[in-house]
Amino acid sequence: MSAAIASNWSGIGAERFEQKAVTREPTWVKWLIITISLSFFALFLLLPLVAVFAEALRKGWEAYLAALVEPDALSSIRLTLIVAAIAVPFNLVFGVAAAWLIAKFDFKGRQLLTTLIDLPFSVSPVVSGLIYVLIFGLQGWYGHWLSDHNIKIIFAIPGIVLATIFVTFPFVARELIPLMEAQGKEEEEAAIVLGASGWRTFWHVTLPNIKWGLIYGVILCNARAMGEFGAVSVVSGHIRGETNTMPLHVEILYNEYQFSAAFAVASLLALLALVTLAIKSVVEWKGRQVAAIQ
Amino acid sequence: MSIQVQNINKRFGNFVALDNVSLNFPTGELTALLGPSGCGKTTLLRVIGGLEYADNGRVLLEGEDASDTHVRERQIGFVFQHYALFRHMTLFDNVAFGLRVKPRKLRPGETEIKRKVHDLLNLVQLDWLGDRFPPQLSGGQRQRIALARALAVEPRVLLLDEPFGALDAKVRKELRRWLRRLHDEIHVTSIFVTHDQEEALEVADHIVLMNHGKVEQIGTPQAVYEAPATPFVESFLDLDDHGPDWLVAARLRRKGYALQPVSEHRSAA
Repeated sequence: MSAAIASNWSGIGAERFEQKAVTREPTWVKWLIITISLSFFALFLLLPLVAVFAEALRKGWEAYLAALVEPDALSSIRLTLIVAAIAVPFNLVFGVAAAWLIAKFDFKGRQLLTTLIDLPFSVSPVVSGLIYVLIFGLQGWYGHWLSDHNIKIIFAIPGIVLATIFVTFPFVARELIPLMEAQGKEEEEAAIVLGASGWRTFWHVTLPNIKWGLIYGVILCNARAMGEFGAVSVVSGHIRGETNTMPLHVEILYNEYQFSAAFAVASLLALLALVTLAIKSVVEWKGRQVAAIQ
Repeated sequence: MSIQVQNINKRFGNFVALDNVSLNFPTGELTALLGPSGCGKTTLLRVIGGLEYADNGRVLLEGEDASDTHVRERQIGFVFQHYALFRHMTLFDNVAFGLRVKPRKLRPGETEIKRKVHDLLNLVQLDWLGDRFPPQLSGGQRQRIALARALAVEPRVLLLDEPFGALDAKVRKELRRWLRRLHDEIHVTSIFVTHDQEEALEVADHIVLMNHGKVEQIGTPQAVYEAPATPFVESFLDLDDHGPDWLVAARLRRKGYALQPVSEHRSAA
Protein backbone atom coordinates (compact mmCIF):
# COMPACT_ATOMS: atom_id res chain seq x y z
CA MET A 1 0.00 0.00 0.00
CA SER A 2 2.59 2.57 1.11
CA ALA A 3 4.92 1.30 -1.57
CA ALA A 4 2.20 1.84 -4.13
CA ILE A 5 1.68 5.38 -2.91
CA ALA A 6 5.40 6.07 -2.98
CA SER A 7 5.77 4.83 -6.52
CA ASN A 8 2.76 6.86 -7.51
CA TRP A 9 4.34 9.97 -6.15
CA SER A 10 7.69 9.40 -7.80
CA GLY A 11 5.75 8.92 -11.00
CA ILE A 12 4.49 12.49 -10.85
CA GLY A 13 7.84 13.92 -9.84
CA ALA A 14 7.41 13.94 -6.06
CA GLU A 15 9.89 12.14 -3.81
CA ARG A 16 9.69 10.62 -0.40
CA PHE A 17 11.42 12.71 2.21
CA GLU A 18 14.25 10.19 2.64
CA GLN A 19 15.28 10.60 -0.97
CA LYS A 20 16.00 14.29 -0.79
CA ALA A 21 19.30 15.48 0.68
CA VAL A 22 17.75 18.49 2.41
CA THR A 23 15.02 16.59 4.24
CA ARG A 24 17.20 13.61 5.09
CA GLU A 25 19.27 12.89 8.19
CA PRO A 26 22.96 13.73 7.60
CA THR A 27 25.02 10.85 6.20
CA TRP A 28 27.24 10.58 9.25
CA VAL A 29 24.21 9.99 11.49
CA LYS A 30 23.08 7.20 9.21
CA TRP A 31 26.45 5.46 9.27
CA LEU A 32 26.89 5.99 13.01
CA ILE A 33 23.59 4.27 13.79
CA ILE A 34 24.25 1.43 11.37
CA THR A 35 27.77 0.90 12.78
CA ILE A 36 26.55 0.86 16.37
CA SER A 37 23.80 -1.64 15.73
CA LEU A 38 25.96 -3.89 13.57
CA SER A 39 28.81 -3.99 16.07
CA PHE A 40 26.35 -4.68 18.88
CA PHE A 41 24.90 -7.50 16.83
CA ALA A 42 28.36 -8.93 16.06
CA LEU A 43 29.63 -8.63 19.63
CA PHE A 44 26.66 -10.01 21.53
CA LEU A 45 25.02 -12.42 19.09
CA LEU A 46 27.38 -13.49 16.34
CA LEU A 47 30.60 -13.80 18.35
CA PRO A 48 29.24 -16.20 21.02
CA LEU A 49 27.74 -18.37 18.32
CA VAL A 50 31.03 -18.54 16.45
CA ALA A 51 32.85 -19.12 19.74
CA VAL A 52 30.68 -22.14 20.57
CA PHE A 53 31.53 -23.87 17.30
CA ALA A 54 35.19 -22.79 17.38
CA GLU A 55 35.68 -24.11 20.91
CA ALA A 56 33.79 -27.30 20.10
CA LEU A 57 36.06 -28.06 17.16
CA ARG A 58 39.28 -26.88 18.80
CA LYS A 59 40.53 -30.44 19.26
CA GLY A 60 39.33 -31.56 15.86
CA TRP A 61 36.40 -33.50 14.47
CA GLU A 62 37.28 -36.76 16.15
CA ALA A 63 37.25 -35.31 19.65
CA TYR A 64 34.05 -33.49 18.75
CA LEU A 65 32.28 -36.67 17.66
CA ALA A 66 33.70 -38.63 20.58
CA ALA A 67 32.20 -36.09 23.00
CA LEU A 68 28.81 -36.54 21.37
CA VAL A 69 28.69 -40.34 21.29
CA GLU A 70 29.93 -40.67 24.84
CA PRO A 71 27.20 -42.64 26.78
CA ASP A 72 26.31 -39.82 29.21
CA ALA A 73 26.06 -37.32 26.35
CA LEU A 74 23.88 -39.69 24.34
CA SER A 75 21.65 -40.26 27.33
CA SER A 76 21.27 -36.49 27.86
CA ILE A 77 20.35 -36.06 24.21
CA ARG A 78 17.82 -38.86 24.49
CA LEU A 79 16.30 -37.39 27.65
CA THR A 80 16.04 -33.92 26.10
CA LEU A 81 14.23 -35.37 23.10
CA ILE A 82 11.87 -37.38 25.32
CA VAL A 83 11.03 -34.36 27.48
CA ALA A 84 10.35 -32.18 24.43
CA ALA A 85 8.30 -34.95 22.83
CA ILE A 86 6.00 -35.00 25.86
CA ALA A 87 5.96 -31.31 26.81
CA VAL A 88 5.40 -29.84 23.34
CA PRO A 89 2.28 -31.86 22.35
CA PHE A 90 0.88 -31.28 25.82
CA ASN A 91 1.34 -27.52 25.51
CA LEU A 92 0.06 -27.61 21.96
CA VAL A 93 -3.28 -29.04 23.09
CA PHE A 94 -3.55 -26.92 26.23
CA GLY A 95 -2.34 -23.76 24.51
CA VAL A 96 -4.93 -24.07 21.75
CA ALA A 97 -7.68 -24.87 24.26
CA ALA A 98 -6.77 -21.93 26.49
CA ALA A 99 -6.44 -19.50 23.59
CA TRP A 100 -9.75 -20.67 22.13
CA LEU A 101 -11.49 -20.19 25.45
CA ILE A 102 -10.03 -16.75 26.07
CA ALA A 103 -10.40 -15.38 22.55
CA LYS A 104 -13.82 -16.74 21.62
CA PHE A 105 -15.82 -16.75 24.84
CA ASP A 106 -16.84 -14.25 27.47
CA PHE A 107 -16.92 -15.56 31.01
CA LYS A 108 -16.15 -14.54 34.55
CA GLY A 109 -12.48 -14.90 35.40
CA ARG A 110 -11.34 -14.53 31.79
CA GLN A 111 -8.90 -11.80 32.77
CA LEU A 112 -7.60 -13.93 35.64
CA LEU A 113 -6.98 -16.86 33.30
CA THR A 114 -5.12 -14.60 30.89
CA THR A 115 -2.87 -13.47 33.72
CA LEU A 116 -2.33 -17.02 34.94
CA ILE A 117 -1.17 -18.11 31.51
CA ASP A 118 1.56 -15.47 31.69
CA LEU A 119 2.67 -16.61 35.13
CA PRO A 120 5.46 -18.93 33.91
CA PHE A 121 6.97 -15.98 32.02
CA SER A 122 7.00 -13.73 35.05
CA VAL A 123 8.26 -16.25 37.59
CA SER A 124 11.95 -17.09 37.72
CA PRO A 125 12.49 -20.63 36.33
CA VAL A 126 14.32 -21.60 39.52
CA VAL A 127 11.20 -20.75 41.53
CA SER A 128 9.09 -22.79 39.09
CA GLY A 129 11.33 -25.77 39.78
CA LEU A 130 11.22 -25.21 43.53
CA ILE A 131 7.42 -25.22 43.46
CA TYR A 132 7.50 -28.80 42.19
CA VAL A 133 10.10 -29.82 44.76
CA LEU A 134 7.86 -28.29 47.42
CA ILE A 135 4.82 -30.23 46.23
CA PHE A 136 6.27 -33.57 45.14
CA GLY A 137 9.65 -33.66 46.93
CA LEU A 138 10.34 -36.02 49.81
CA GLN A 139 9.78 -33.22 52.34
CA GLY A 140 6.94 -31.78 50.26
CA TRP A 141 3.13 -31.96 50.54
CA TYR A 142 2.71 -35.29 48.78
CA GLY A 143 6.21 -36.57 49.46
CA HIS A 144 5.23 -39.28 51.97
CA TRP A 145 2.30 -40.55 49.98
CA LEU A 146 4.42 -40.70 46.83
CA SER A 147 7.31 -42.53 48.48
CA ASP A 148 4.86 -44.94 50.15
CA HIS A 149 3.52 -45.80 46.73
CA ASN A 150 6.98 -45.93 45.23
CA ILE A 151 6.34 -43.11 42.79
CA LYS A 152 9.32 -40.93 41.94
CA ILE A 153 8.65 -37.49 40.54
CA ILE A 154 11.42 -35.25 41.80
CA PHE A 155 14.94 -36.22 40.71
CA ALA A 156 13.32 -38.31 37.98
CA ILE A 157 11.91 -37.85 34.50
CA PRO A 158 8.32 -36.97 35.54
CA GLY A 159 9.59 -33.95 37.50
CA ILE A 160 11.67 -32.76 34.56
CA VAL A 161 8.70 -33.11 32.23
CA LEU A 162 6.41 -31.26 34.66
CA ALA A 163 8.86 -28.39 35.12
CA THR A 164 9.38 -28.12 31.36
CA ILE A 165 5.64 -28.07 30.68
CA PHE A 166 5.20 -25.33 33.27
CA VAL A 167 7.97 -23.14 31.91
CA THR A 168 6.94 -23.51 28.26
CA PHE A 169 3.20 -23.28 28.81
CA PRO A 170 2.63 -19.68 27.59
CA PHE A 171 4.32 -19.96 24.19
CA VAL A 172 1.48 -21.46 22.17
CA ALA A 173 -1.35 -19.65 23.99
CA ARG A 174 0.46 -16.27 23.84
CA GLU A 175 1.00 -16.66 20.14
CA LEU A 176 -2.63 -17.55 19.44
CA ILE A 177 -4.67 -15.25 21.70
CA PRO A 178 -4.04 -11.95 19.85
CA LEU A 179 -4.44 -13.71 16.50
CA MET A 180 -7.74 -15.30 17.45
CA GLU A 181 -9.02 -12.13 19.07
CA ALA A 182 -8.25 -10.19 15.89
CA GLN A 183 -10.11 -12.77 13.80
CA GLY A 184 -13.22 -12.46 15.96
CA LYS A 185 -15.86 -15.14 16.25
CA GLU A 186 -18.09 -14.37 13.28
CA GLU A 187 -16.75 -17.20 11.16
CA GLU A 188 -17.42 -19.67 13.98
CA GLU A 189 -20.92 -18.25 14.41
CA ALA A 190 -21.52 -18.59 10.69
CA ALA A 191 -20.42 -22.23 10.79
CA ILE A 192 -22.66 -23.04 13.77
CA VAL A 193 -25.67 -21.34 12.17
CA LEU A 194 -25.06 -23.46 9.06
CA GLY A 195 -25.40 -26.52 11.26
CA ALA A 196 -21.78 -27.48 11.94
CA SER A 197 -20.97 -29.16 15.26
CA GLY A 198 -18.51 -27.52 17.64
CA TRP A 199 -15.87 -30.11 16.80
CA ARG A 200 -16.32 -29.67 13.08
CA THR A 201 -16.27 -25.89 13.41
CA PHE A 202 -12.95 -26.15 15.24
CA TRP A 203 -11.32 -28.44 12.66
CA HIS A 204 -12.68 -26.79 9.53
CA VAL A 205 -12.94 -23.13 10.46
CA THR A 206 -10.89 -22.23 13.53
CA LEU A 207 -7.81 -24.40 13.01
CA PRO A 208 -7.08 -23.46 9.37
CA ASN A 209 -7.24 -19.80 10.34
CA ILE A 210 -4.65 -20.12 13.11
CA LYS A 211 -2.41 -22.66 11.38
CA TRP A 212 0.66 -20.47 10.85
CA GLY A 213 0.51 -18.85 14.26
CA LEU A 214 0.19 -22.28 15.81
CA ILE A 215 3.23 -23.66 13.99
CA TYR A 216 5.20 -20.60 15.06
CA GLY A 217 4.15 -21.07 18.70
CA VAL A 218 5.09 -24.75 18.64
CA ILE A 219 8.53 -23.93 17.25
CA LEU A 220 9.23 -21.43 20.02
CA CYS A 221 7.80 -23.82 22.61
CA ASN A 222 10.06 -26.62 21.38
CA ALA A 223 13.15 -24.43 21.39
CA ARG A 224 12.55 -23.47 25.00
CA ALA A 225 11.62 -27.01 26.06
CA MET A 226 14.97 -28.32 24.79
CA GLY A 227 16.97 -25.41 26.10
CA GLU A 228 15.42 -24.92 29.55
CA PHE A 229 18.03 -24.91 32.31
CA GLY A 230 16.84 -23.29 35.55
CA ALA A 231 13.64 -25.13 36.41
CA VAL A 232 14.95 -28.47 35.15
CA SER A 233 18.17 -28.03 37.09
CA VAL A 234 16.25 -27.74 40.37
CA VAL A 235 14.12 -30.87 39.90
CA SER A 236 16.55 -33.09 38.03
CA GLY A 237 19.08 -34.01 40.72
CA HIS A 238 21.84 -34.12 38.06
CA ILE A 239 22.12 -37.90 37.98
CA ARG A 240 24.47 -38.68 35.12
CA GLY A 241 23.10 -40.84 32.38
CA GLU A 242 19.68 -40.68 34.00
CA THR A 243 18.30 -37.23 34.75
CA ASN A 244 20.67 -34.95 32.86
CA THR A 245 19.27 -33.04 29.93
CA MET A 246 21.58 -31.45 27.39
CA PRO A 247 21.83 -28.04 29.07
CA LEU A 248 22.61 -29.71 32.41
CA HIS A 249 25.15 -31.99 30.80
CA VAL A 250 26.89 -28.97 29.29
CA GLU A 251 27.17 -27.38 32.71
CA ILE A 252 28.61 -30.51 34.32
CA LEU A 253 31.20 -30.98 31.58
CA TYR A 254 32.18 -27.34 31.83
CA ASN A 255 32.58 -27.51 35.61
CA GLU A 256 34.82 -30.53 35.14
CA TYR A 257 37.07 -28.51 32.79
CA GLN A 258 36.12 -30.67 29.77
CA PHE A 259 35.77 -27.56 27.71
CA SER A 260 35.68 -28.95 24.20
CA ALA A 261 33.23 -31.69 25.22
CA ALA A 262 31.02 -29.06 26.88
CA PHE A 263 31.13 -26.91 23.78
CA ALA A 264 30.47 -29.89 21.56
CA VAL A 265 27.19 -30.61 23.32
CA ALA A 266 26.45 -26.90 23.47
CA SER A 267 27.01 -26.68 19.73
CA LEU A 268 24.23 -29.22 19.26
CA LEU A 269 21.88 -26.94 21.18
CA ALA A 270 23.11 -23.98 19.15
CA LEU A 271 22.51 -25.95 15.96
CA LEU A 272 19.02 -26.69 17.17
CA ALA A 273 18.49 -22.96 17.71
CA LEU A 274 19.70 -22.22 14.20
CA VAL A 275 17.44 -24.84 12.69
CA THR A 276 14.55 -23.44 14.74
CA LEU A 277 15.25 -19.94 13.46
CA ALA A 278 15.43 -21.21 9.90
CA ILE A 279 12.07 -22.99 10.24
CA LYS A 280 10.63 -19.90 11.91
CA SER A 281 11.72 -17.70 9.00
CA VAL A 282 10.24 -20.11 6.50
CA VAL A 283 6.98 -20.21 8.45
CA GLU A 284 6.83 -16.43 8.72
CA TRP A 285 7.59 -16.06 5.02
CA LYS A 286 4.97 -18.65 4.15
CA GLY A 287 2.45 -16.99 6.47
CA ARG A 288 3.10 -13.62 4.83
CA GLN A 289 2.63 -15.17 1.40
CA VAL A 290 -0.72 -16.57 2.43
CA ALA A 291 -1.69 -13.19 3.90
CA ALA A 292 -0.64 -11.48 0.67
CA ILE A 293 -2.85 -13.77 -1.40
CA GLN A 294 -5.75 -12.95 0.84
CA MET B 1 -42.37 -19.44 8.45
CA SER B 2 -43.80 -17.01 10.94
CA ILE B 3 -41.71 -15.60 13.72
CA GLN B 4 -43.03 -14.24 16.99
CA VAL B 5 -41.13 -12.80 19.90
CA GLN B 6 -42.90 -12.36 23.23
CA ASN B 7 -41.80 -10.16 26.12
CA ILE B 8 -38.10 -10.38 25.35
CA ASN B 9 -35.77 -8.73 27.87
CA LYS B 10 -32.01 -8.57 27.57
CA ARG B 11 -29.45 -6.72 29.65
CA PHE B 12 -25.72 -6.38 29.29
CA GLY B 13 -24.65 -5.41 32.80
CA ASN B 14 -26.56 -2.21 33.50
CA PHE B 15 -27.35 -1.56 29.87
CA VAL B 16 -30.86 -2.52 28.83
CA ALA B 17 -30.59 -3.78 25.26
CA LEU B 18 -34.14 -5.09 24.91
CA ASP B 19 -36.98 -3.87 27.10
CA ASN B 20 -40.00 -6.16 26.96
CA VAL B 21 -40.14 -6.49 23.19
CA SER B 22 -43.05 -8.34 21.58
CA LEU B 23 -43.30 -8.61 17.81
CA ASN B 24 -44.92 -10.61 15.07
CA PHE B 25 -43.11 -11.18 11.78
CA PRO B 26 -45.50 -12.38 9.06
CA THR B 27 -44.59 -15.33 6.82
CA GLY B 28 -42.84 -14.59 3.55
CA GLU B 29 -42.35 -10.90 4.22
CA LEU B 30 -39.21 -8.80 4.34
CA THR B 31 -39.11 -6.83 7.58
CA ALA B 32 -36.61 -4.13 8.53
CA LEU B 33 -35.51 -3.55 12.11
CA LEU B 34 -34.64 0.12 11.97
CA GLY B 35 -33.12 2.34 14.62
CA PRO B 36 -30.02 4.24 15.74
CA SER B 37 -26.96 2.30 16.89
CA GLY B 38 -27.35 0.88 20.38
CA CYS B 39 -31.14 0.63 20.06
CA GLY B 40 -31.14 -3.16 20.43
CA LYS B 41 -31.97 -4.13 16.85
CA THR B 42 -28.94 -6.35 16.34
CA THR B 43 -29.42 -7.96 19.75
CA LEU B 44 -33.01 -8.76 18.84
CA LEU B 45 -31.91 -10.32 15.56
CA ARG B 46 -29.29 -12.44 17.35
CA VAL B 47 -31.85 -13.54 19.92
CA ILE B 48 -34.19 -14.65 17.14
CA GLY B 49 -31.32 -16.47 15.46
CA GLY B 50 -30.23 -18.13 18.69
CA LEU B 51 -26.75 -16.59 18.75
CA GLU B 52 -27.73 -14.67 21.88
CA TYR B 53 -30.06 -15.69 24.68
CA ALA B 54 -32.71 -13.42 26.13
CA ASP B 55 -32.88 -12.99 29.92
CA ASN B 56 -36.55 -13.88 29.66
CA GLY B 57 -39.32 -14.01 27.08
CA ARG B 58 -39.94 -16.43 24.24
CA VAL B 59 -39.11 -16.78 20.58
CA LEU B 60 -41.72 -18.72 18.59
CA LEU B 61 -40.77 -20.13 15.21
CA GLU B 62 -43.88 -21.26 13.39
CA GLY B 63 -45.78 -21.21 16.66
CA GLU B 64 -43.23 -23.44 18.42
CA ASP B 65 -41.15 -22.20 21.32
CA ALA B 66 -37.57 -22.10 20.04
CA SER B 67 -36.05 -20.67 23.22
CA ASP B 68 -34.36 -24.00 24.00
CA THR B 69 -33.57 -24.94 20.42
CA HIS B 70 -29.89 -24.73 19.58
CA VAL B 71 -28.99 -22.32 16.82
CA ARG B 72 -27.78 -25.35 14.85
CA GLU B 73 -31.31 -26.77 14.73
CA ARG B 74 -33.23 -23.58 14.08
CA GLN B 75 -32.77 -23.82 10.30
CA ILE B 76 -32.03 -20.18 9.86
CA GLY B 77 -29.84 -18.36 7.42
CA PHE B 78 -27.72 -15.62 8.93
CA VAL B 79 -25.89 -12.93 6.98
CA PHE B 80 -23.27 -10.92 8.87
CA GLN B 81 -22.31 -7.30 8.41
CA HIS B 82 -18.69 -8.22 7.69
CA TYR B 83 -19.68 -11.27 5.62
CA ALA B 84 -17.89 -13.81 7.87
CA LEU B 85 -16.88 -15.89 4.88
CA PHE B 86 -14.46 -18.73 5.62
CA ARG B 87 -11.33 -17.03 4.37
CA HIS B 88 -9.30 -20.18 3.72
CA MET B 89 -12.01 -21.84 1.59
CA THR B 90 -12.90 -21.18 -2.02
CA LEU B 91 -16.24 -19.53 -2.65
CA PHE B 92 -17.57 -22.85 -3.86
CA ASP B 93 -16.55 -24.54 -0.59
CA ASN B 94 -18.01 -21.65 1.37
CA VAL B 95 -21.41 -22.12 -0.22
CA ALA B 96 -21.14 -25.93 0.02
CA PHE B 97 -20.22 -25.83 3.74
CA GLY B 98 -23.75 -25.95 5.09
CA LEU B 99 -24.56 -28.96 2.89
CA ARG B 100 -21.38 -30.85 3.73
CA VAL B 101 -21.83 -30.57 7.50
CA LYS B 102 -25.30 -32.09 7.42
CA PRO B 103 -25.72 -35.39 9.25
CA ARG B 104 -24.80 -38.31 7.01
CA LYS B 105 -28.40 -39.36 6.52
CA LEU B 106 -29.52 -35.92 5.32
CA ARG B 107 -26.38 -35.05 3.40
CA PRO B 108 -26.79 -34.85 -0.39
CA GLY B 109 -24.26 -36.61 -2.60
CA GLU B 110 -21.27 -34.70 -3.96
CA THR B 111 -22.79 -34.35 -7.46
CA GLU B 112 -26.01 -33.05 -5.93
CA ILE B 113 -24.00 -30.58 -3.81
CA LYS B 114 -22.12 -29.46 -6.91
CA ARG B 115 -25.33 -28.82 -8.80
CA LYS B 116 -26.89 -26.97 -5.91
CA VAL B 117 -23.88 -24.77 -5.25
CA HIS B 118 -23.66 -23.81 -8.93
CA ASP B 119 -27.37 -22.97 -8.91
CA LEU B 120 -26.85 -20.70 -5.92
CA LEU B 121 -23.74 -19.10 -7.40
CA ASN B 122 -25.77 -18.43 -10.54
CA LEU B 123 -28.55 -16.98 -8.42
CA VAL B 124 -26.13 -14.43 -6.96
CA GLN B 125 -24.55 -14.03 -10.42
CA LEU B 126 -21.08 -15.08 -9.34
CA ASP B 127 -20.74 -18.59 -10.77
CA TRP B 128 -17.57 -17.61 -12.62
CA LEU B 129 -15.80 -16.89 -9.30
CA GLY B 130 -16.33 -20.29 -7.66
CA ASP B 131 -12.66 -21.20 -7.30
CA ARG B 132 -11.53 -17.83 -5.90
CA PHE B 133 -10.95 -17.06 -2.24
CA PRO B 134 -12.99 -14.47 -0.30
CA PRO B 135 -10.19 -11.88 0.06
CA GLN B 136 -9.97 -11.66 -3.76
CA LEU B 137 -13.53 -10.29 -3.97
CA SER B 138 -15.05 -6.87 -3.58
CA GLY B 139 -17.31 -6.19 -0.62
CA GLY B 140 -20.50 -6.41 -2.66
CA GLN B 141 -19.45 -9.74 -4.18
CA ARG B 142 -18.54 -11.11 -0.75
CA GLN B 143 -21.93 -10.24 0.65
CA ARG B 144 -23.66 -11.92 -2.26
CA ILE B 145 -21.61 -15.07 -1.60
CA ALA B 146 -22.53 -14.85 2.08
CA LEU B 147 -26.16 -14.75 1.04
CA ALA B 148 -25.75 -17.75 -1.25
CA ARG B 149 -24.06 -19.64 1.59
CA ALA B 150 -26.94 -18.84 3.94
CA LEU B 151 -29.51 -19.93 1.35
CA ALA B 152 -27.75 -23.25 0.64
CA VAL B 153 -29.29 -24.96 3.66
CA GLU B 154 -32.78 -23.84 2.55
CA PRO B 155 -33.41 -21.87 5.72
CA ARG B 156 -36.89 -21.28 7.01
CA VAL B 157 -35.90 -17.76 7.99
CA LEU B 158 -33.28 -15.38 6.65
CA LEU B 159 -31.72 -12.97 9.14
CA LEU B 160 -29.46 -10.20 7.86
CA ASP B 161 -27.42 -8.09 10.26
CA GLU B 162 -26.65 -4.72 8.62
CA PRO B 163 -25.96 -6.59 5.38
CA PHE B 164 -24.98 -3.48 3.42
CA GLY B 165 -23.39 -1.57 6.29
CA ALA B 166 -19.79 -2.17 5.22
CA LEU B 167 -20.32 -1.27 1.55
CA ASP B 168 -19.87 2.04 -0.19
CA ALA B 169 -22.94 4.09 -1.01
CA LYS B 170 -23.31 3.12 -4.66
CA VAL B 171 -22.84 -0.62 -4.17
CA ARG B 172 -25.17 -0.44 -1.19
CA LYS B 173 -27.99 0.91 -3.33
CA GLU B 174 -27.46 -1.63 -6.08
CA LEU B 175 -27.28 -4.51 -3.67
CA ARG B 176 -30.37 -3.60 -1.70
CA ARG B 177 -32.44 -3.39 -4.87
CA TRP B 178 -31.04 -6.74 -5.87
CA LEU B 179 -31.98 -8.16 -2.43
CA ARG B 180 -35.53 -6.87 -2.90
CA ARG B 181 -35.82 -8.62 -6.28
CA LEU B 182 -34.30 -11.78 -4.86
CA HIS B 183 -36.80 -11.78 -2.03
CA ASP B 184 -39.63 -11.38 -4.50
CA GLU B 185 -38.36 -14.58 -6.14
CA ILE B 186 -37.74 -16.78 -3.12
CA HIS B 187 -40.20 -15.39 -0.56
CA VAL B 188 -38.42 -16.68 2.53
CA THR B 189 -39.41 -14.86 5.72
CA SER B 190 -36.62 -12.33 6.19
CA ILE B 191 -35.61 -9.80 8.79
CA PHE B 192 -32.84 -7.32 8.18
CA VAL B 193 -31.27 -4.89 10.59
CA THR B 194 -30.32 -1.42 9.41
CA HIS B 195 -29.70 2.08 10.71
CA ASP B 196 -30.28 3.54 7.28
CA GLN B 197 -33.79 5.00 6.95
CA GLU B 198 -33.67 5.20 3.18
CA GLU B 199 -32.66 1.55 2.94
CA ALA B 200 -35.52 0.41 5.19
CA LEU B 201 -38.07 2.54 3.37
CA GLU B 202 -36.96 1.33 -0.03
CA VAL B 203 -36.52 -2.39 0.60
CA ALA B 204 -38.83 -3.57 3.38
CA ASP B 205 -42.45 -4.74 3.37
CA HIS B 206 -42.68 -3.79 7.02
CA ILE B 207 -40.59 -1.59 9.24
CA VAL B 208 -40.10 -2.02 12.97
CA LEU B 209 -38.71 1.18 14.46
CA MET B 210 -36.70 0.75 17.63
CA ASN B 211 -35.12 3.09 20.15
CA HIS B 212 -33.53 2.40 23.55
CA GLY B 213 -34.52 -1.27 23.48
CA LYS B 214 -38.18 -0.56 22.81
CA VAL B 215 -40.37 -0.78 19.74
CA GLU B 216 -41.53 2.70 18.72
CA GLN B 217 -43.67 1.87 15.72
CA ILE B 218 -44.54 -0.96 13.36
CA GLY B 219 -45.99 -0.57 9.88
CA THR B 220 -45.47 -0.45 6.15
CA PRO B 221 -42.83 2.03 4.96
CA GLN B 222 -45.53 4.35 3.71
CA ALA B 223 -47.52 4.18 6.94
CA VAL B 224 -44.59 4.90 9.25
CA TYR B 225 -43.29 7.66 7.00
CA GLU B 226 -46.62 9.40 6.54
CA ALA B 227 -47.94 8.92 10.05
CA PRO B 228 -45.06 8.68 12.53
CA ALA B 229 -46.40 7.57 15.91
CA THR B 230 -43.82 9.23 18.15
CA PRO B 231 -41.56 12.28 17.97
CA PHE B 232 -38.58 9.94 17.76
CA VAL B 233 -39.96 8.23 14.65
CA GLU B 234 -40.74 11.55 13.09
CA SER B 235 -37.26 12.92 13.53
CA PHE B 236 -35.54 9.62 12.71
CA LEU B 237 -37.40 9.20 9.43
CA ASP B 238 -36.98 12.81 8.42
CA LEU B 239 -34.53 12.30 5.60
CA ASP B 240 -34.09 16.03 5.12
CA ASP B 241 -32.84 16.23 8.64
CA HIS B 242 -29.50 14.48 8.03
CA GLY B 243 -26.07 15.93 7.39
CA PRO B 244 -24.25 19.00 8.66
CA ASP B 245 -26.39 22.00 9.62
CA TRP B 246 -25.50 23.96 6.48
CA LEU B 247 -26.64 21.03 4.31
CA VAL B 248 -29.92 20.62 6.19
CA ALA B 249 -30.57 24.34 5.87
CA ALA B 250 -29.66 24.41 2.17
CA ARG B 251 -31.88 21.44 1.42
CA LEU B 252 -34.83 23.04 3.15
CA ARG B 253 -34.22 26.36 1.39
CA ARG B 254 -34.19 24.60 -1.95
CA LYS B 255 -37.58 23.12 -1.17
CA GLY B 256 -38.87 26.53 -0.15
CA TYR B 257 -39.18 25.77 3.57
CA ALA B 258 -38.17 28.16 6.27
CA LEU B 259 -35.29 26.94 8.45
CA GLN B 260 -36.57 24.66 11.19
CA PRO B 261 -34.94 24.38 14.59
CA VAL B 262 -32.66 21.33 14.77
CA SER B 263 -34.48 18.58 16.62
CA GLU B 264 -32.94 16.99 19.68
CA HIS B 265 -33.10 13.47 18.27
CA ARG B 266 -30.80 14.16 15.40
CA SER B 267 -27.70 13.63 17.47
CA ALA B 268 -29.02 10.28 18.66
CA ALA B 269 -29.50 9.13 15.11
